[in-house]
Amino acid sequence: MISLDAKIPEGPLEQKWSRHKKDMKLVAPNNRRKYEVIIVGTGLAGGAAAASMAEMGYKVKSFCIQDSARRAHSIAAQGGINAAKNYPNDGDSVWRLFYDTIKGGDYRSREANVYRLAEVSNSIIDQAVAQGVPFAREYSGLLANRSFGGAQVSRTFYARGQTGQQLLLGAYQAMMRQVELGGIEYFTRHEMLEVVIIDGKARGVITRDLVTGEICRHEADAVILATGGYGNVFYLSTNAKNSNVTAAWRAHKKGALFANPSFVQVHPTCIPVSGDYQSKLTLMSESLRNDGRVWVPRTKGDNRHPNDIPEDERFYYLEEKYPSFGNLVPRDVASRNAKVVCDQGLGVGETGLAVYLDFRDAIARDGKDVIAAKYGNLFDMYANIAGEDPYSQPMRIFPAVHYTMGGLWVDYNLMTNIPGLFAAGEANFSDHGANRLGASALMQGLSDGYFVLPSTIGNYLADVKPGTRYGTDHEAFETAAKQAQDSIDRLLNINGKRTIIDFHRTLGRIVWDKIGISRTKEGLEEAIADIRSLRDEFWTNVYVPGEKNNYNKYLEFAGRVADFFELAELMAMDALDREESCGCHLREEFQTEEGEAIRNDEEFNYVSAWEFKDRNGVLEEELHKEVLNFEFVELKQRSYK
Amino acid sequence: MSTNMTIHLRYWRQSGPTAKGYFEDRTLSTVNEHMSFLEMLDVLNEELQLEGKDPVEFDYDCREGICGSCNLVINGQAHGPKKGTACCQLHMRNYSDGDHITIEPPRASAFPVIKDLVVDRSAFDRIIEAGGYVSVKTGSAQEANARPIPKNDADLAFDYAACIGCGACVAACPNASASLFTSAKISHLSHLPQGDVERSNRVVAMVEQMEEEGFGDCSNFGECEAVCPKEISIAAIADMRRDYARAVLQG
Repeated sequence: MISLDAKIPEGPLEQKWSRHKKDMKLVAPNNRRKYEVIIVGTGLAGGAAAASMAEMGYKVKSFCIQDSARRAHSIAAQGGINAAKNYPNDGDSVWRLFYDTIKGGDYRSREANVYRLAEVSNSIIDQAVAQGVPFAREYSGLLANRSFGGAQVSRTFYARGQTGQQLLLGAYQAMMRQVELGGIEYFTRHEMLEVVIIDGKARGVITRDLVTGEICRHEADAVILATGGYGNVFYLSTNAKNSNVTAAWRAHKKGALFANPSFVQVHPTCIPVSGDYQSKLTLMSESLRNDGRVWVPRTKGDNRHPNDIPEDERFYYLEEKYPSFGNLVPRDVASRNAKVVCDQGLGVGETGLAVYLDFRDAIARDGKDVIAAKYGNLFDMYANIAGEDPYSQPMRIFPAVHYTMGGLWVDYNLMTNIPGLFAAGEANFSDHGANRLGASALMQGLSDGYFVLPSTIGNYLADVKPGTRYGTDHEAFETAAKQAQDSIDRLLNINGKRTIIDFHRTLGRIVWDKIGISRTKEGLEEAIADIRSLRDEFWTNVYVPGEKNNYNKYLEFAGRVADFFELAELMAMDALDREESCGCHLREEFQTEEGEAIRNDEEFNYVSAWEFKDRNGVLEEELHKEVLNFEFVELKQRSYK
Repeated sequence: MSTNMTIHLRYWRQSGPTAKGYFEDRTLSTVNEHMSFLEMLDVLNEELQLEGKDPVEFDYDCREGICGSCNLVINGQAHGPKKGTACCQLHMRNYSDGDHITIEPPRASAFPVIKDLVVDRSAFDRIIEAGGYVSVKTGSAQEANARPIPKNDADLAFDYAACIGCGACVAACPNASASLFTSAKISHLSHLPQGDVERSNRVVAMVEQMEEEGFGDCSNFGECEAVCPKEISIAAIADMRRDYARAVLQG
């Protein structure tokens, strides 16, 4: 029986982390070099952890699937990073950042984890500035802040629209310094395919060298997965094309619990899909909703140019339904309503899956120059991708998947239920509950990587005898390497008629339609049946080109899509289990007449943690529940009225 | 409604680092003006696979112009015809029905071909390894606002820090020099007080590593700046040379 002990330290909220640091065991500096730690992924969490642990003296092996650690998808984060510095003197504090984050997550995250995140947020900014991250500054030379959704204070630090890039390069450069100093052994174009478990503890990984196809074995004293989120299960998302769930999923299949898999954030303002060839979606900052008005034609099939549709024939649905918040309702509400009007056939554009975001009135009111000064770069980006001028006609926008709150279950130390296996950043489930606030993903990745894991890993390793080595010819390595090789061979031998991308796109459509913005019992049950039958077809009719002992991108994709099939089914099961609406998770059966989410704290105030069971080849998952105890905040219903 | 275009493609095929490469031709008749350049290659690859042929390998990841993975040379131009744009953000509306397009990997001995259009750019990592950082350990930083940095310096540092490490500068340079990439990191850090401390050691170490990797010298052609998707200024190269000379002369 799996025990779900979150290992939250005793004591007052604000003393938990400091007390825990005092109580944790340490590894002496001269002993650290005797421990090897594998870190998979080089985004903010993995990169920061690799650099920090190597600086402390541990021997680190770092792996990434890209050709350089600098390309991890953290690089694409635009907006900023929150911290409780309170430089603007507007009443911010660690408590307020904690409270906003736990409330924003609709009370489905752990108080202790979120408080620690808020507590270390300030050190992240100090660290990044010391590395030379060129944050925006005032003319005084001091750091500038801006506001973001879900907060009434200005606490977001930023580097133009490229904050993720600059923070990632900071972590990457710190990593490269350790590569030069010999503290990190660095493997690029390597994909982790299996975790190796010996005597119940994570002792290594199996990777595939993506250039030569070689299956490689790596032994270590602990393994950290910092492999990002699984938004690409939807095929179309704002994730990078190589982002995937494989490392986390293969760990799940070896016994690591997967938590809250149905918690996926859909961002309301993205550039819509233009055709079947579309490979990814591009986010447009939600700040646009400050001045843009969202609408669709009132009449189905109104094909007139938007500028020719008169005012009284435009349906400003957000303004009509939510008069007090109007176009600035939270992300989940804006996304859901866009889907509703498109489902009613009112959507615009060639696909009918878009709504207008119109700046006509703002330009008439403030002038084109003022609007250009505020949003010029976003308007340019839109014009480049969509080929239309947003100054003279409305933008077309549609919601898109861009972040997954769910992930591997971890305790307060960021360790999964498998001793020695840790998960960090978007790959774990820990801090955002049912909805993540803007500018919090970068904060969490760097908090985990720079400040949490370097402490908690020592607490684990202190109990591991230094220099323990089983050898990579140990039976567990043999078995895991064979598993990895067998699944590759199986894919290459199917030799079917449909392409991998075709399957992935079809899967994504099912997941988007039925496990997307809003869910119903009926739809989720259909989704499970549809996913299963498509998965069966995949395993008999997919065409995987090329060879295994060579660079073969489509072979990589095939393995990842196979894992997405299994994950998608678990997402549906999780959404089915949670008979309430909370944050991103809207079950249509559990909403008020006005479409407000109804949370059920009596029955569903828990983290769902799923255990993989393979019974005679039939996939099964068993639900475990970690009940959330709120000692310090009062649970309230979120309201936008 | 958008209409389909016919595009005549000629792309580089090379099965491995030591294999002999060649061009392959294929005409696509279903190219949509709203497709990105890489989405057109996805369509090509779907067609090839449905015929049981091997797809063309090329590098990509974010497809929004920031990760620096894509690095195609299109009709002889790194990232294609649109200024300040990585090829993942280049759209087919920039082309016309019936156009001929040739796609090659960046040609540089320091970027050996892995397969087809995919090259090995690990030389860039090793240049950063040599000194492209501030030597600060996690936890040892002072309060972020303890040291004001003039806004102009911070903005200038950002302009250089915007480099995405794609290697277009190398591909465009007749000498296959990595001077713009290397100097961008040097200028980013030397414009900030945090990076100033190690300025001399950094410039020497990085320049020497750049030479060791087999990149050519800079002869001021300026092609690098012209193709850079982040429009990084070659003023960085002048800074790098001055700093290097000063560091070497001072010993």
